[in-house]
Amino acid sequence: MNKIWWKILSFVLLVYTIVCGFLLDVPRLFILNETIRNLYFHVCMWFGMMILFIVSFVYSVKYLRGFNYRNDIFARHFAAVGCLFGVLGYLTGVIWVNVTWVTDQGQSLGSVLKEPKLIGAAIALLIYGAYFVLRGSFTDIDKRARISAVYNIFAFAMLFPSIWIIPRLVGSLHPGAPGSDSGNPALDKNDMDSTMRMVFYPAVIGWTLLGVWIATLKIRISILSEKSIFEAKKKD
Amino acid sequence: MNKLILIVIVSFFSTLAYAQDKPEMADVMRSNGKIYDVVAVCLTILIGLFIYVFIIDRKISKIEKNK
Repeated sequence: MNKIWWKILSFVLLVYTIVCGFLLDVPRLFILNETIRNLYFHVCMWFGMMILFIVSFVYSVKYLRGFNYRNDIFARHFAAVGCLFGVLGYLTGVIWVNVTWVTDQGQSLGSVLKEPKLIGAAIALLIYGAYFVLRGSFTDIDKRARISAVYNIFAFAMLFPSIWIIPRLVGSLHPGAPGSDSGNPALDKNDMDSTMRMVFYPAVIGWTLLGVWIATLKIRISILSEKSIFEAKKKD
Repeated sequence: MNKLILIVIVSFFSTLAYAQDKPEMADVMRSNGKIYDVVAVCLTILIGLFIYVFIIDRKISKIEKNK
């Protein structure tokens, strides 16, 4: 956690993302035009969010296996930074929708509001929002840690169906849905240009590492400020 | 005179047709180098953010050592 190499790696990868993301050639496509470069930022927010939620889920399971209070702190802060990434992904998506779906494809606001990908992502983020509401409503530390760990597992179980599976079952304007010819642009190697993949994957790693860094800072602050709890638990 | 107008109209349509063949990209921005300004602005923000996070990191490490 205190090692420095991955923090430098995150910095280098993000500098690479910005320099190559703006300067390298991208495929010339109608509707998308230059906004295709948003892939290096908007999509990375969602990938970072998913990875941070997976880490949070793992720590919740670890907490329930041994009831080590440390794991609860880890789960909480990874979920918090994941939510931050999710909100940023949502906001950047709103801007992108505005120039591609609404302006260029001439979709009405009504059809954008009915968009299953947006609704699914909102549901997922709200479920994680409820995780923090739940945490805040307990006064007993052990009860809070236990019940919110169980809830976190439920929230994780809802995450992938609501952001991936349901939008792909019903039609969606978002790439990757039936009815759009875009295939699976983030993961399928045939659906994304090779120079774009050269920037996209490092960008995902860079943004995720930045999120992990921020999460570890918050965890370390929590551990410091709740030192008395740890000492009391050791005496037990 | 009529020929001139015809030429203007035809060239106008041909540019329209050209514009529709090829998606419009920010080629002007690239050719006059203004894209480097965008990169510089984004890099400044990124470096500033990283310095800030790094300073917080060091402060926490100091507190951890003192306890």
